[in-house]
Formats: sequence, C-alpha cells, structure tokens
Amino acid sequence: MEVLVCIKRVPLSGGRFVLTDDSTEIDTKRLGFTVSPHEETAVEVAVRLIEAHGGSSTVLTLGVPESEEQMREAMAIGIDRGILLETDGAEWDGQATAAAIADAVRADGTAFDLILFGNESADAAGSQVGVRVAHLLGRPVLTGLKGLSVADGRLRGERPIAGGREVFEVPLPAVASVKDGVAIPRYPSVPGRIRAKKKPIERSTPARPPSRLEKVSFTLPAETGKRATVLGNGPEAADAVVDVFRKIGAI
Amino acid sequence: MILVLADHDRGELSELSLQAVEQGRQLAQTSGVPLHALVVGTGGSAAAASLGAYGVATVHLAVHDGLTDYAPAASARAAAELVARLAPLAVVGVGDQRGNEVLAHLGAITELPVAADCTSVVLGDPTAVVRARWGGNLAEHALLHAPVALVSVVPHAVRAGVPGNGVAAVEEFTPELADADLLVHVVDRTAEVGGGISLTEAKVIVSGGRGVGSAEGFGMLEELAGLLGGAIGASRVVTSAGWRPQAEQVGQTGTKVSPDLYIACGISGASQHLAGMASSKTIIVINNDADAPIMSHADYAVIGDLHKILPAVIEATRAALA
Repeated sequence: MEVLVCIKRVPLSGGRFVLTDDSTEIDTKRLGFTVSPHEETAVEVAVRLIEAHGGSSTVLTLGVPESEEQMREAMAIGIDRGILLETDGAEWDGQATAAAIADAVRADGTAFDLILFGNESADAAGSQVGVRVAHLLGRPVLTGLKGLSVADGRLRGERPIAGGREVFEVPLPAVASVKDGVAIPRYPSVPGRIRAKKKPIERSTPARPPSRLEKVSFTLPAETGKRATVLGNGPEAADAVVDVFRKIGAI
Repeated sequence: MILVLADHDRGELSELSLQAVEQGRQLAQTSGVPLHALVVGTGGSAAAASLGAYGVATVHLAVHDGLTDYAPAASARAAAELVARLAPLAVVGVGDQRGNEVLAHLGAITELPVAADCTSVVLGDPTAVVRARWGGNLAEHALLHAPVALVSVVPHAVRAGVPGNGVAAVEEFTPELADADLLVHVVDRTAEVGGGISLTEAKVIVSGGRGVGSAEGFGMLEELAGLLGGAIGASRVVTSAGWRPQAEQVGQTGTKVSPDLYIACGISGASQHLAGMASSKTIIVINNDADAPIMSHADYAVIGDLHKILPAVIEATRAALA
C-alpha cells in the first residue's frame, strides 16, 4: 500500500514560552524543533503499515526549508521519501494548508491508500487540516484515533468515549488523524540515519493565499499569581492533607 | 441568529454542550438575535426539548434513517443546510474531539474558516477571537474573515447556564444526505476493560510523574485513589516509559481533565502536563522540589519524598474514613 504522512515542524517547548518583542511569534532563538507527539505517532503508524502490508511511505511538510530536519527524522525510522512545500515562515491557516496539501497530492500522482495526520498540530491546533484534505480529495476521514488497523481494503479506527471506545470503519482510500499513544515511536538507528540522508525530497513553493483566520498576536496566559500553600514537609503533613480532603468534601 | 451544535451521546447532552449553549446565548444576547440549536438524530429528541431551559428559542432536530449514531460528516451536512437556509451570524460548537471534528467538516463543506478552541468571541466584520494554543499555554488573538463565524468553545472557558423555565420550539427536518456523508459513523462500541472510573468523569484523580520512580510505585497511588473513589492519571514520561497504560496520560496530547481534586505526585509541571489539568478545582502537589513549576498552579503542597508521604496520607485517610 501507499501511505502519506503529514507532519509539521514546531518549537520544542519545555516550560514557559518567550515571545518576540512584537508578540507575534514565539522567540525560538534558544529552542530546538520537533513535531507534535501525535505526528510522531502518525509516522510510526505509517512505517508499521508498510512493514505489514508492503508498499512505500512518503512524508509531507508545509513549512520553512529547515523542516527538512523533521522529515529526515521520519526517514530515519523508515519513511521512503519526502515532499516539502516550502514557506517563508509566515503562518498558513487551516484552509490554506489543506488546499496546498491536496494540490501537492494531486500533483504527485501517487495513489495514496491512506493519508495520515496528527489529530492537531502542537502549535496552531486548528483541528481541521486532515478533514479539509479529505473533503478536497473526496475521501472518508476518521479523526482522533487511539487505535487503527488496515485489513481487506478497509480502515478500522477506535477512539475513546466515556466508559469505552467507539469504533469506525471506512473503505480505503481514506484519511485518518491519530493521537499520541497509538504506537510508541521507535528510536532511529545509526544506519537508519545514514540511509535517511540519501532519501529523495521533492521541493516546491506554493503561494500563500490571504489568511481567513488571521493571527494578530500572542499573549501569555496571565500569571496565576497562585502559589501553593505548603501544608508541611514530609509524612508529618499527612493530617493536614486529610483536612483538605475534608474541607473540599473529598471524604 | 446564532446556531449552536449541541452534541449528545444517545440522548444525553454533555456538560460541554451546555457550555457551548451558554457561549451561544451570550453571543445572541450581545447581538440581539435569537439562539437556535441543532440536535442530530431521533435519539436526541429528549435532549432537544431540554435546551429551552438554557435559552434556546428554536431547536432543529435532524432526523434521517441513516442517522442512528454519531456520524460527523452527516451532522456537518445537516448544519450546512441550516447555515444556507437561516444564515446565522455564527455557528458555535464544542471544542472537544467530536465538536471540532464536526466543525472541520462544516468548514470544508461551506468553504469557511474555522476557529477552534476559542476562549473569547466578539462577533463583527471581522470577528475577533482568542484561541487556546499549545494546550492553553499561549493565547492567540486572531481575526476571522468570514460571513458566518464558525467557532468552537474550549472546554470550561464558560460555565454552563443555570436552567430556567424557557421552552424551545422543536422543528424536525430531514437533511439531504448522500451515501458519502453517512460513510463515517459509529459501527461498534466497546466497554472499557477493567471497568474503572474514566479520567474525564472522575471527581478525584491521583496522578503520578517521573518522581514515582517505577510501575510498582503506582501501587500507593492506586491505594489512595481507591480510598477517595478516584482514578489514576499519569504524565507523558510515565506512559512513554510503559509504567502505566497510555489511556491514563493527562496532558496536551493526552486527556484533558478538570476534577474536583487533582493530586499530583512527583510531577514537575511541564507545559504539556499543565495543559491537561490546570483547570482542576483543587490541586494538591506532593513533590520533593519546592520550586517545581507546578507549584504556581497548585493550591496546596507537601514537600518531601512521596514514597514516605503517600503511605502516611493513605493511613490518615483510612483513619478519617473509619
């Protein structure tokens, strides 16, 4: 089968964010880059599907030229080739991103049986690109999957609901977005990393349409000003903890 | 008018739906227009009738032979039909998995932009929104350039309204659906193995991070959770290490929770984790680092070795319950 997985380069954030002086971007001068855990999972799923069913896998990114770094990471664990839609770093909204991806899929010509996404990107989290791509390509789409399998030309997906899981099933070709935890991503091997350097990446530069969801600025959430009341140090504080349990009605 | 997409699960309105209704009611009031709601499926008729109490004037109940359970594309097609017929100022959905999924379909069908996970919406031309990014660790101020504003409300940004004695007119309609719209629907449901209390419903969550040290270390957390009738949560480090099942991960890419009581054991408070639990009503931290980031989000803390503190807390709790 042919699998396409779409990923997005995002800053590697640990704790608090620092904004640029004009508050329109995250200051990334001291930050590394990665992809969302959902997308790491999507890449692992793509590799496993090809291992199980044969065929080939492709990774696609819309982003700055440096996004090659994240594509090579995906290639190091087994993705075969890449499609890089280069941007100047300005933000693309969900609608524009989906249109560019659908155009790229059509232009590429490969009959992808499955197009995988993360459920939402770590940064913009618009929760829509996969669904929009599915509509543009006229395919069914399952989102937010926590479990996924392919058999007999059908995609079966599961996601949690209160008290259990709901199950969906659609025929291929299809689109699916997955969440962290479907498959634990493997670590790349050294030979894998060496092979990744030689895998082909096709580059193009789509034009960005005007944003219809236009980012104006960022603000950091107000400091809570909160500081935990220290009930005590060590096991001696146990009774004070139980007093809190009582106060809020937990016991 | 303002149209709210009220999600129900086999007839039961979710708490988050009521929050979206309240956001819709506030927008309708500010704009001086009526509030309508869409409820999909015959199973939703009881839910539809109950919406009047929350300020909804008219409920559109989409009824179709193919709509027997949740079907996102079909729900969006029904919503698109109302958007075309009634030209609402805004469509408000729930900012959870289902709500955002239906809105994304609606955006695709109507070719309109969607602002997901909003904490604030001011309708206008353009509409100004504030959205939660990075799991709420960053707020994005954005403009939505569209004749109809499609927005979802981030969970717990507004409280559900207090029910009054309003009565909604319920208007049934049969949306025009193609086979492709009905292709994606729930085909099966499986019950949670173990049958424990689910994270999203738990009133108490006892959660563990790297500081718990091992899978075995969670035994103490389970004991305390058992005493308090709570569920177990975990940080991403813990589920990635395989100490706990992935389903228990609380955080930006895990489950987002807001229990009455969240007890964070050995969790430093990376933004990934805070995004999933910061809206808990009361947070107690047990940690050996008095300067951990989680301290500025917590209400109470005990500083020290959790392997010594937890057994003492368990014992004191047991004594209090006896």
